[in-house]
Amino acid sequence: MSLNEVAYNGKVEGDVIVTKADAVINWIRKHSVWPMPMGLACCAIELMAAAASRYDISRFGMEVMRFSPRQSDCMIVAGTVTYKMAEVVRRIYDQMGDPKWVVAMGACASTGGMYRSYAVMQGVDTIVPVDVYVSGCPPRPEALLDAMIKLQDKISDESSVSNLKRSPETAMVN
Amino acid sequence: MIDQDFTDSLLEKFSSVSLRHHDDCLTLDCEPNAIVEFLSHLRDEETFDLLVDLTGIDHGQKAEVRYTVVIHLYSRIHRNYLRVHSPAVNNESPEFPSVESVFPAANWHEREAFDMFGITFSGHPNLKRILMWDEYPYFPLRKDFPLAGIDVPLPAEDVVEVTDASVEPAPMMGGPFVSSGDGMMSDSEPRAKDESWTEQAEKPV
Ligand code: SF4
Repeated sequence: MSLNEVAYNGKVEGDVIVTKADAVINWIRKHSVWPMPMGLACCAIELMAAAASRYDISRFGMEVMRFSPRQSDCMIVAGTVTYKMAEVVRRIYDQMGDPKWVVAMGACASTGGMYRSYAVMQGVDTIVPVDVYVSGCPPRPEALLDAMIKLQDKISDESSVSNLKRSPETAMVN
Repeated sequence: MIDQDFTDSLLEKFSSVSLRHHDDCLTLDCEPNAIVEFLSHLRDEETFDLLVDLTGIDHGQKAEVRYTVVIHLYSRIHRNYLRVHSPAVNNESPEFPSVESVFPAANWHEREAFDMFGITFSGHPNLKRILMWDEYPYFPLRKDFPLAGIDVPLPAEDVVEVTDASVEPAPMMGGPFVSSGDGMMSDSEPRAKDESWTEQAEKPV
């Protein structure tokens, strides 16, 4: 059993669990991701489908979509980020409490997609650090679920104790 | 009925209105200073009481009259459209009388035409940009504006401070992306016509 997992064997330990703080914190975090739906264009429809009964994002423990950044910790940027909207996206990201993650859903959020024009930001990673990119225009709900599960894997590997607060500057990926 | 009589009577009443070549709905040219009066007449007397669209056209830097305003009206009685073309005065800083007083629906359409073409609608109650942000210095649908865009700062200073982002031109990288339309789906996916240049390696002259 790897050190990063919560290990419990009732016969040996009784009422005591021996593990690493990181493992516990990450385990808790990863199973209660509260997404903030940043629906900006057509991809948001597919995001809704992912939340609805057929695909049912709650099977993986991240169905609590909150429309307030204060209550959420994973921003799903679903749609075309225009330069006019970029400021708002960043401000909402700033308002989310740490720790926080960002999923760029679809071609538009990842790279600007088919909109190579004066008005569209060529990838939301210009203004916020993106953890997982999802390809597709729009991505199918399964692809988003896959991305969210990848995000969970990523969360479970973080050094949460030494990195209690991810400052936005050091967390910038680009 | 929109027939010859209808057109003739309109032309007779308004000396500043003339017939324009058209293939679909009746299309008229109108002098800009008569536009408000003409539209009021169309609305009140001829039942064209629905403003469908108001937009601008840029005919290019060399054109004698560079900007035209185009207005589409619809009559639920005639069940037909009517189009009015009207030139904007002054090619450098085009101006046009606002028709918001006749059709309140024109409010946002005029703001959009102002935003995209820089046509100033005199008498408009709230003429400011509607799509681009207020400080944006250009008019993107003018013919001299490059499709890729022009480098300008992002409108929010504090965001720029943290992210160092700016509005960058995004050239088409060999686009537009078109599908050949035949063959296997994997082969006929939309591709750039000319992939010999990118943002890094500039387009050969
Ligand atoms: S990636 Fe496609 S589906 Fe998604 S927002 Fe952009 S254009 Fe719409």
